Amino acid sequence: MLKDITLGQYYPGTSIIHRLDPRVKLVGTLVFIISLFAFGSISAYIVATAVLVIVIRISEVPPKFMLKGLRAIFVLMLITALFNLFLTPGTVLVRFWKLTITQEGLRMAIHMAFRLSYLIIGSSVMTLTTTPNQLTDGLETGLRGLKKIHFPVHEVAMMMSIALRFIPILMDETDKIIRAQEARGADFDSGGIIKKAKALVPLLVPLFVAAFRRANDLAMAMEARGYHGGEGRTKMKPLVYKTRDYVSYLLFVLYLIVMFLTRKYIKIDFPL
Amino acid sequence: MPIRIEHLSYIYGEGTSFEKKALDDISLEIGDGEFIGLIGHTGSGKSTLIQHLNGLNKASSGRILVDGEDIRSEGYSLKKLRGKVGLVFQYPEYQLFEAEVLKDVCFGPHNQGLSDEEVLARAKEALAAVGLDESYYEKSPFDLSGGQKRRVAIAGILAMKPKVLVLDEPTAGMDPKGRDEILALLKELHESQNITVILVSHSMEDVAGCVSRIIVLDEGKILYDDAPSGVFRHARELEKVGLAAPQMTYVMQALLKDGWDVNADASTVPQARDEILRVLNKG
Ligand SMILES: Nc1ncnc2c1ncn2[C@@H]1O[C@H](COP(=O)(O)OP(=O)(O)OP(=O)(O)O)[C@@H](O)[C@H]1O
Ligand SMILES: [Mg+2]
Repeated sequence: MLKDITLGQYYPGTSIIHRLDPRVKLVGTLVFIISLFAFGSISAYIVATAVLVIVIRISEVPPKFMLKGLRAIFVLMLITALFNLFLTPGTVLVRFWKLTITQEGLRMAIHMAFRLSYLIIGSSVMTLTTTPNQLTDGLETGLRGLKKIHFPVHEVAMMMSIALRFIPILMDETDKIIRAQEARGADFDSGGIIKKAKALVPLLVPLFVAAFRRANDLAMAMEARGYHGGEGRTKMKPLVYKTRDYVSYLLFVLYLIVMFLTRKYIKIDFPL
Repeated sequence: MPIRIEHLSYIYGEGTSFEKKALDDISLEIGDGEFIGLIGHTGSGKSTLIQHLNGLNKASSGRILVDGEDIRSEGYSLKKLRGKVGLVFQYPEYQLFEAEVLKDVCFGPHNQGLSDEEVLARAKEALAAVGLDESYYEKSPFDLSGGQKRRVAIAGILAMKPKVLVLDEPTAGMDPKGRDEILALLKELHESQNITVILVSHSMEDVAGCVSRIIVLDEGKILYDDAPSGVFRHARELEKVGLAAPQMTYVMQALLKDGWDVNADASTVPQARDEILRVLNKG
């Protein structure tokens, strides 16, 4: 299950999408997500689908990686859809037992399903083609302006990159600890809820010990290399926009225009 | 309790872009009471292989027979198997979790469903076997030195009374004295309790003095499987895969080349000393 979450899993590659400035990808993802919620109609989804397919194609990441993220949130999607389906008031379509499905509910459910899955796929495209370091770098540079209102941009970005860096390490560590305890006959799967919770102790204690040890080591290592916060810190690879980045921004604008135009002239909506 | 490995292959992350063939068509037979050294450079697949022996890893293809039974067959109890094949992991930090040493050692036998007295008796016996006396019972495992932690970890497995004891690099990161102590301890356990011991290491030096058979892994394949002297004869080939024969082997081979009539199979310092003295006294 944990392994299905694609968010934060980089798929190495050299496609143009991989090489784009992380700020461009962040803005692009944001534009894409907002457009999903702003323009909800069949025609809008068709345009969004086309764009997604093209981008995934260019990124050279196998589509099954994008879809993996979907599998992880499938249950969440189902619940959201069901709630919308049954709890939205409006014109009654079907009624059985105590449940009613309304026209509006059905529409909402379909919309939510589309939006959520496209949201996940869209952000997967970003996280699969951008290393966590580039992402936080992009955030830090992009949000630089917030420093004026004393928002600790650098510190937040640093915390994010450390957290992201530690997720795979701790997952790996968890896996090893589970094995070491299973070798001693530990059983993590059977029994009631209390027994299961108790069974977690042999896993959690070594995991916390490891996490604190690693945090300590990292703090020492940063200290030893003279880390002193963001003030006056320069970058080894400063982010500089290239032509392809400007072109991408233009494409985003174009995308929004197309969305507007389809809404205005060839809007196809659900036949309900 | 003989173990038979038939055409075992294992692939990490099968079906993803990170696919990695860690074991490639391994076939092996491990008899009762053997003392085996499993050697290979970093990433050769040693840890992956031994985690198959107690069912922690599931073979991508091939099978493993313990006592003639396929450990992946329906209804086979992996939990029981883990009591029979004890596996001590590379880092004791992965398994120590109780506030007191004695309690931690009790964890394994307790999971086997034994009575409280039996559990306690076994734990005390195991701690004595690894050379930790009563003064350690109530200490916190986290306050011990690296070598002591490793002993507690070994005791934690020994307390389950395994018939096969597998240790993943038990001497990694230890000083020469601690290393010798652990190796002596294993030799002693092997002789007194008559259990099969599989010792994973990447140092020939470590295993030369105690094992009766060496299996060399390279890139997930078995390169050699022979008595130590037989393996050490391939010093050049071993170097090619990032390993080396024990230093004494080099000394003896050099002496042989210079015309001394020594037996080049001597691989530890005492053996080499005896061999050189023998030749000198003869002449
Ligand atoms: N959880 C994992 N996921 C993916 N690949 C792995 C995993 N564990 C090990 N590998 C890969 O499998 C190969 C064999 O690893 P293994 O840990 O068995 O080596 P080893 O011989 O024990 O090495 P070492 O001496 O460093 O302990 C290595 O190339 C490693 O990169
Ligand atoms: Mg290993």
